[in-house]
Amino acid sequence: MKRAPTHSYPGLNLGRRHASADKASEVVTFGFWVFLMSDLVYFGLMFAIYITMIDAQAGGPGPHELYDLKSIFAQTLILLTSSLTVGLAMLALKYNLPRARIVLWFGVTLVLGLSFLVLEIRDFMAMADKGGIPQRSGFLSAFYGLVPLHGLHVATGCIWLIVLGIQLRLFGLTDRLMSRVVRLALFWHFLDLIWIGIITIVYFGGLSYG
Amino acid sequence: MDKRSEMHRRERRRYIVGYGGSLLLTLAVFTIAYKYGIQTKGVYLSIALLGLAQLIVQLVYFLHIDRRRSSREDLDLVLFSTLVLLIIILGTVWIMGNLAVRMHTYPM
Amino acid sequence: MTTAETGFFGRLSWDAFPIAGLIQTPNANEIVANSAAAVVLVGVVAVVGLLTWFRLWGPLWRDWLTSADHKKIGIMYIVFAIVMLARGVLEGVVMRAQQAAGPGDGFLEAEHFAELFSTHGTIMIFFVAVPFVFGLANFLIPLMIGARDVAFPVMNQISLGLTVSAGMMLMVSLVVGEFSTGGWTAYPPYTGAAFNPGVGPDYWIWAIVVSGIGTTLTGINFAVTIYKLRAPGMKFMRLPMYCWTIICSSILIVFAMPPLGVAALMLAADRYLDFHFFTNDLGGNMMNYANLFWLFGHPEVYLLVLPAYGIYSEVFSTFSAKRLYGYNSLVIATMSIAVLSFTVWLHHFFTMGQSALINAVFGIATMLIAIPTGVKVYDWMATLYRGRIRFSVPMLYGLAFLMLFVIGGLSGVILANPTVDYQVHNTLFLVAHFHNVLLPGVLFGLLAGYNYWFPKAFGFRLNEFWGRITVLLWTFGFMLTFLPLYFVGLMGMPRRSFSWENPDFHPYMIVAVLGALVILLALLSVIVQLWISIRDREKTRVPVGDPWDAHTLEWSIPAPPPPYNFAIIPQVTDRDDFAAAKERGAAYPTPDAYEDIAMPRNTGIGFLLCVLSGIWMFALVWWIWWLAALMTVLIILSFIAWTFQTDTEEVIPADEVRKQHQAWLDLVHNSTPVDRDYEAAPENRGLARPDLEAAT
Repeated sequence: MKRAPTHSYPGLNLGRRHASADKASEVVTFGFWVFLMSDLVYFGLMFAIYITMIDAQAGGPGPHELYDLKSIFAQTLILLTSSLTVGLAMLALKYNLPRARIVLWFGVTLVLGLSFLVLEIRDFMAMADKGGIPQRSGFLSAFYGLVPLHGLHVATGCIWLIVLGIQLRLFGLTDRLMSRVVRLALFWHFLDLIWIGIITIVYFGGLSYG
Repeated sequence: MDKRSEMHRRERRRYIVGYGGSLLLTLAVFTIAYKYGIQTKGVYLSIALLGLAQLIVQLVYFLHIDRRRSSREDLDLVLFSTLVLLIIILGTVWIMGNLAVRMHTYPM
Repeated sequence: MTTAETGFFGRLSWDAFPIAGLIQTPNANEIVANSAAAVVLVGVVAVVGLLTWFRLWGPLWRDWLTSADHKKIGIMYIVFAIVMLARGVLEGVVMRAQQAAGPGDGFLEAEHFAELFSTHGTIMIFFVAVPFVFGLANFLIPLMIGARDVAFPVMNQISLGLTVSAGMMLMVSLVVGEFSTGGWTAYPPYTGAAFNPGVGPDYWIWAIVVSGIGTTLTGINFAVTIYKLRAPGMKFMRLPMYCWTIICSSILIVFAMPPLGVAALMLAADRYLDFHFFTNDLGGNMMNYANLFWLFGHPEVYLLVLPAYGIYSEVFSTFSAKRLYGYNSLVIATMSIAVLSFTVWLHHFFTMGQSALINAVFGIATMLIAIPTGVKVYDWMATLYRGRIRFSVPMLYGLAFLMLFVIGGLSGVILANPTVDYQVHNTLFLVAHFHNVLLPGVLFGLLAGYNYWFPKAFGFRLNEFWGRITVLLWTFGFMLTFLPLYFVGLMGMPRRSFSWENPDFHPYMIVAVLGALVILLALLSVIVQLWISIRDREKTRVPVGDPWDAHTLEWSIPAPPPPYNFAIIPQVTDRDDFAAAKERGAAYPTPDAYEDIAMPRNTGIGFLLCVLSGIWMFALVWWIWWLAALMTVLIILSFIAWTFQTDTEEVIPADEVRKQHQAWLDLVHNSTPVDRDYEAAPENRGLARPDLEAAT
């Protein structure tokens, strides 16, 4: 079966490489999609719990006292930009761009991911100072069940990025590694999608309702 | 080689367009929030719709989900997941909201 | 004691061992508890001893524990499931004995009885039904679709490791500490820290979380395998029915396991970190838990029963010597059930207090499921109709299923009516209902599959006589045990009561305990059948591989299959491809050329993660924080280290493949085909004479 020249997964058209690697990569990527959808249900449920518990503030601090939209705005821009840079990193690998470009885009992505985490943790600490700790109320439990879960995913993405960097250095760009880079990019984009859900439902939803 | 660099340009453009679109939508959302506050239903509705638009932009431009044959399987998967997710979330909110009203759990 | 102030061994102390209780208060209750612990310990010592005596550690490690072969992983799943089944059945018998010993308090203490029904439910669902289903599916899926392995062989091994380590936690809870008393559903706030500060619910939580991860990974694996690895020509509408049920099950797993994981982790957050998801104070809401749990719980029962439907479809078709009737309608029915099963979860808590409208909506959705299920039952009956039926063991299970399952299904339709449900909620009527669908539905199906595919896996048939005895014992044991519970349920006897007073219940309880003893005999009979079959294996060998004149691809290869399954990947042209080939006289073709075959190399990562996750769970249950942290780091590091491995495949040279395949083809050509009349006779070497009369 002849495959069309353009492919669904960015970077999947390994072109000069042989077809079996292409097929294997397609299988793994589809499997990763299925995993992401399972993960999506995790997040979906946490969103549902947050919505049902938004009133359960039990006299504790609510969204208006706790949320800092400026910081959220900064985090949004950082995460969005990192989604672009991870894509560019993948393209740089795929089209054999000079090594400096590859390192640059991977490096920028990692720095953006880490600064997102730093800002997020600063937010949590600021919330804790105002009494916004998960032990305070059902509403805060739901908040801390959801937003740090996303943060944990970003942290996982950062570790993955570092491990992949080391492997690329050790083994060069093999088919297997290229397929992993593709999956990392998918994962990163997926986290961006979840983040859109978080700003819309957790932050804006919380502020408009609570 | 020429064809490859052409493809490279095309794929890169795709990312940049997606980024630009997402950026605009994000700015719009935050501008609305600052300018009008988010206390009224109408404002929140428009924020939610812009969020939805951004989801679609990113799905199309970053995750390459569209109606081409090669990504049909992923599209089917995403659509089915959305269906299940909607059942789960809307069902949960419906049930728990109804319980809250009937049990006077929270001030509604 | 709070989570902060714990020593080197956390909250683990001498009192955690049941023997301490026996010394302090020797009574029947403690004797039962200690016997259970002793059985676990004796079992472990016996297994270790036997392995050492027969010098089997090496082969066990090389051929099984580190293998990434889907067939071996499948067999290991089933062995694990049968071991856990033995424990689950024993617990059931003790529970029935306790209730039969009434009126009054029986011989067990309330706490102990509660532990029994909690472990019984948890084990039977998560560590018997699920691994048994996965074991069969693991073994069969690649063989049925013409693939060499599942999509992710190593992930498959990891799934097994996680499931087993979680199951081991339930065994450990017999010896160290106690298990949850909160039922298999573990509803808070009863299982919350305020009411249940002990280790019991923690054992439940971590066993569920870890096995849940394993299950999710398996679901992804099966879905991708069937989606992407089908042999050329194997279109979706040519898939064997069993594969259809597995793909639907996998979808259910992928979308329904997360709610369970979320619920269990939120309960853990409440218990360990003082969150307020489900507590009584500060805005917690336990009804969120019920909602989450059943978002998982309802799809769960379908993910168990759909594969059993698949097995029955194959069995009815083969042993009636007919094509499956109504294939398309069965496919549509299976998919409808899968989707509908996401829309009915509320029927598990009709009595929680939501409005009549919501109850009505979910009640109607529940009743709708009866329609596709009914379609299936009629399709199976139409498959039997005018077939040349052989009453072999799998077929007998199938017939018992058809009759009994309809009763169970109809009692489900009764329960789907909220007004009726209000009357019988939480009574033994419900217990009778779900055992009525789970035993004849799931367990009989799995046992039918075990009898049906055993010769494929091991190369010899199971003993027919003892197989029939087993069917009889299971069937009558089931009827005696559970049909009386419908009546006491209607009379108002609550489930999970360790003590009761109404003398009218007594006769039913006596019948039920007799039934439980028959089920115990059925379990023994399974073991006897296996023992005798192994003893007489020389007389029942079927090396050619098709002992039942069956229809699907897995029967077109040797029994047991070679590690690479298919010497040549088949080209599929028909739904019952192998049957069609036999009719044309084109079965067992001699290929023109052979190729090198790359297979996944052995790896110890699954076993390593099994051990590490086991210690991790134990440390968390007993608050041994340093150990839990250490294990977390080790788990992450070993996973990362594994990704650094580059040499993951080994190649079987084409010459080797050719030699093996030719030897087998010679055997095929030198064997005498047997008629169906001699199916159970020693002459049946696995080469079938096509039943031309029935085929036309």
